[in-house]
Amino acid sequence: MSDHAHAMQLETSTGLDNRKLAIWTFIGSECLFFATLISNYLVHKQTWLSGPGPFPHERWTSPSGQAFEPIIEIPLVTMGTALLLFSSLFVVLALANAQRGNRNGLLVWLAATLFCGFFFVGMQVYEFTHFVHRGLTLKTNLFGASFFTLTGFHGTHVTLGVIWLLTLWIEAFRGKIPPAKSLNLEIAALYWHFVDVVWIVIFPVVYLIK
Amino acid sequence: MLLRTAAPRPLRRWVPVLFLLALLVGACSPEHYAQTALRPLSDFAKIGDDIQTTTIWWAFGVFVLVEGALLYAIFRFRGKPDDPEPQQVHGNTAIEIVWTVIPALILAAIAVPTVKGIFETSARPPADALKVEVIGHQWWWEFRYPDLNLTTANEVHIPVGQTVSFRMGTADVVHSFWPPRFAGKRDVFPNRETRLWFKAEAAGEYPGQCAEFCGIQHGRMAFRVKAQTPEEFQTWVSHMQTLGPKPPPAAEAPTAGDSVQVASAGASLRQAGASQDPQYATGEKLFQAKGCVGCHSLTAFNAPKGMIGPNLADVGARSYIGAGSFKNTDETLARWIQNPQAMKVGVLMPNLGVTAEEAKSLVGYLRAHQ
Amino acid sequence: MATTALDQQRAHATAGHAEKSGLWSWLTTVDHKRVGILYGATAFFFFLLGGIEAILLRIQLGSPNSTFLSPDTYNQLFTMHGTTMIFLAIMPLSAMFFNFMIPLMIGARDVAFPRLNAFSYWVFLAGGLFLNSSFFFGAAPDQGWYGYANLTSRQYSPGMNVDFWTLGLQILGVASLAAAVNFFVTILNMRAPGMKLMRMPMFVWMSFITQVLLLLAFPVITVALILLMFDRFFGTHFFVPSAGGDPLLWQHLFWIFGHPEVYILILPAFGIISEVLPVFSRKPLFGYAAMVFSGAFIAFLGFGVWSHHMFTTGMGPIADTFFALTTMLIAIPTGVKIFNWLGTVWGGSIQYRVPMYFALGFIAMFIIGGLSGVMHSSPPADLQQNDTYFIVAHFHYVLFGGSIFGLTAGAYYWWPKMSGRMLDETLGKVHFWLMLIGFNLTFFPMHILGLNGMPRRVYTYPEGLGFETLNQVETVGSLILGLSFVVFLFNIFKTARGPRNAPADPWNGATLEWAIPSPPQEWNFAEVPAVHGRDPLWEAKRERGGPLPEPPRVSGEGIHLPNPSIWPLVAAVGLTGVMVGVMTLHIVGPWGVVVGLSILFFGVYNWAFEPAG
Repeated sequence: MSDHAHAMQLETSTGLDNRKLAIWTFIGSECLFFATLISNYLVHKQTWLSGPGPFPHERWTSPSGQAFEPIIEIPLVTMGTALLLFSSLFVVLALANAQRGNRNGLLVWLAATLFCGFFFVGMQVYEFTHFVHRGLTLKTNLFGASFFTLTGFHGTHVTLGVIWLLTLWIEAFRGKIPPAKSLNLEIAALYWHFVDVVWIVIFPVVYLIK
Repeated sequence: MLLRTAAPRPLRRWVPVLFLLALLVGACSPEHYAQTALRPLSDFAKIGDDIQTTTIWWAFGVFVLVEGALLYAIFRFRGKPDDPEPQQVHGNTAIEIVWTVIPALILAAIAVPTVKGIFETSARPPADALKVEVIGHQWWWEFRYPDLNLTTANEVHIPVGQTVSFRMGTADVVHSFWPPRFAGKRDVFPNRETRLWFKAEAAGEYPGQCAEFCGIQHGRMAFRVKAQTPEEFQTWVSHMQTLGPKPPPAAEAPTAGDSVQVASAGASLRQAGASQDPQYATGEKLFQAKGCVGCHSLTAFNAPKGMIGPNLADVGARSYIGAGSFKNTDETLARWIQNPQAMKVGVLMPNLGVTAEEAKSLVGYLRAHQ
Repeated sequence: MATTALDQQRAHATAGHAEKSGLWSWLTTVDHKRVGILYGATAFFFFLLGGIEAILLRIQLGSPNSTFLSPDTYNQLFTMHGTTMIFLAIMPLSAMFFNFMIPLMIGARDVAFPRLNAFSYWVFLAGGLFLNSSFFFGAAPDQGWYGYANLTSRQYSPGMNVDFWTLGLQILGVASLAAAVNFFVTILNMRAPGMKLMRMPMFVWMSFITQVLLLLAFPVITVALILLMFDRFFGTHFFVPSAGGDPLLWQHLFWIFGHPEVYILILPAFGIISEVLPVFSRKPLFGYAAMVFSGAFIAFLGFGVWSHHMFTTGMGPIADTFFALTTMLIAIPTGVKIFNWLGTVWGGSIQYRVPMYFALGFIAMFIIGGLSGVMHSSPPADLQQNDTYFIVAHFHYVLFGGSIFGLTAGAYYWWPKMSGRMLDETLGKVHFWLMLIGFNLTFFPMHILGLNGMPRRVYTYPEGLGFETLNQVETVGSLILGLSFVVFLFNIFKTARGPRNAPADPWNGATLEWAIPSPPQEWNFAEVPAVHGRDPLWEAKRERGGPLPEPPRVSGEGIHLPNPSIWPLVAAVGLTGVMVGVMTLHIVGPWGVVVGLSILFFGVYNWAFEPAG
């Protein structure tokens, strides 16, 4: 991308490249963003009991006698989570290859990362559609509202990460990511790790803890 | 000539200034303000007032010292461009410590009564407190006395010398109940109860106001506190308890209002004479025909809940209408009935197409409800 | 994309070009100084707009039962006055100084991300226009600048007013975050050799802390606004009580942002004062380290006091006590700063030039605002004070008496550096006295009115409560205050016609910006300076035994500069398009959002792939 920053790399007061410092700064800010969304979810995950809605974890019978089956499919989400976690490893391997100038290695591992990213987003789309079919939407109750808002924004972040990494894959394919430009990938990888870490918090909070 | 005109001129120049000063000094005195928070008339208000007085004195002292130091420095250390360079002092650790510790000590002096006051004002009121429920509406106040089965609006009667315990909520948005002579304010919420209590120490009628922006007419959502001697209060309670539901008039043809039987006109037994007045009778019919009965109850005792408009059982005796906005004269009441939107635009009471003649009758009818 | 060697040579050859002019050069500028001027001019325009809104409010309140403004208009005006002054005036006026002065003061040729910087300006402009376009729909925000739920729900605010506010603030939030990332990295990473953190000018320190506050506080209000937006547009019930939502959640989220926000509003002014006082006292800032640490401590503690805005909500004695104590605690570092400023002027040789007038006025006024703040910190007392004119008095003393006086001091101080012209001293002093008198006449009586029962946000008041006299005084005061800014405008226009002959160092300054020409050349420093201590310019003059010679203007050959770019503007347009798309969901379906996103992506991609030069 820009080699303006490349020249700067030698001169920065902290020794860190400007863009690397910037992505860490952005990540710091985004931590607050997700912390607020997660707090909102925690506040509202129980208050849905005041209204109707499918129970996420266990079978539930409403006061009027209507039975609701659990709708969360732990196996699928666990798969997605595992793949997302692996994708962080894959992007590290991609970066190592980029830094060593191994174009093929870079392309393979970055593609693996992308595959995991696509799977995760696909898993979320499937899950959202499934929930809507079972009657849980943004509007249904506060659990629905908080669930979709939190996981939806996380999913949007993943999607943007996928677009970013895909762009980089195309650049790498065209030979535009030599070792000197590996920082471009490193910054995207840092963002990707962050998105992964956020999911590591969301997954237990939403899916595992009752 | 010089002697004669020189003396009076300075004096004449000062007259307008003195007048303005007198006006300002008057404007600074709490006695000038009916809604002042600086002349507390209850135990609760005095807790906050004592702490506030303490902080005012500390603030004033700090103000005099620090601003004084600033003013002193401004004059003492003024320099000219070609003055020699002053001593280049970078700091002084000892003085940093001093001026960190001293404010901390002053704050501690404020913190101690503060924490004490927090717990005092959060304490539960005594068990024999008079319970009053406050429900905020856009833009009026509903008051209920659950132990007495009474409902009224905008003017809350309380006995002096007995703790009143307010349990509060709102029917719509967040408001804030603020009777400054008796207590600081407490916000009211739709989904949780908030509380306030105080024991009034002086009788009289005192204004209060909503203190949380709640929409277009937040500025005209006032109320009155009528603090009465225990005897007067008991008289009022007894009287209000006679304002129960009255069976609908037997010879009446069915009207749309009949289905709202419980909310139908209640009449004071004391006003038996008034009910013979033709204005009253016309007014009574209009109250049903114009639909007033759909929003307003005239029953104070066992009044229905959830009415859209203020309870009017004692409206004839109230000091103000429109939630403390307009003096309750016949002329004002008639204007309100005919065109509430012109007086308080946005209020939920629509223009009902009441003519001047009809308004007169309705005023007569309502005036009899005291 | 890599630039070729030929590209680089071309860049070098054009580096010595004469200053670019014309509309396109401004639309594509990535020069932090030009971005600073854009921020300043735009913010000042919004400040005047907010001031007119205030004067209209004051006319309405000048008499009881006034019908000058309808209640609805009044409510829109007071909401817009607050929102404008906070988000469209004070913050971007501070941003003007961040932009222009931070690189100069740290000895840098540029900010870390010139295009991100330009982007933040265009997004700010878009947000300001978006918010104010609501007037043309007769639907300006009318729910107060902190928009409490559940008044803001669709049910109780069915019109577009709250939508304009919610989405407008989201746009502005992006601008603030982008700028914060940029300045955070710039300050940490682009200091001249030898400028260790504890040698930075105090304005840079306070600005740095402000960026941290922005980065941590804005995400919280972003989420709050998202929740409100979802309630209003997508039918969720986050703040709808009947479905289990809680209006109090809004208050918590808002004030977790809102309290750090007030420190965002004041810290830059603290920094400016810390620059002006030493220069015009001719001695260094007293207690540099104490000033740094007190600023950092204020920022840190600022995240722990938010519920002091909620003392009347009945949170219970434990919460009340906690927040009362943290609020009192934060008064200590604030006091430390005031005392250190006093220590700076004490024993000095005070030069009474206009910047110093405003700096001293700042101290005098901020003390009052700080003291009334301490009075609010005690919940039993605050139960009477909250939501009255006593609070209005407090925050105007700290925001106007503090921030605006401070920013005005900065304007007069740095005007010669930014424009190459000196402002007229006499007119400046007239401005000061009118502003001081007008300000105090307007806002001091509010303390009295508030304690004596006048609530805030009321479009009128009846006769018989005694509020008339002081309200009249305040209205007169507001007109005098307005007049003071007419004088300022006159000063600007009068001197704008003169020659650009301000010296590099008109005030005998201590910091690096005074070492380069006024106004600076595009690359700021022909040679990157080496710094050996605080107040580097005083040190240099001391070594020389006298004033430094006027720095020459050079050709700038061989100095590498970033290329101008239109993509930040395009991306800003796209982002605005997304928000307009949300507003029009019910009219055009998702297509507004789709178009906005497309433009945004288009802008971002071109931005990412263009050569930076």
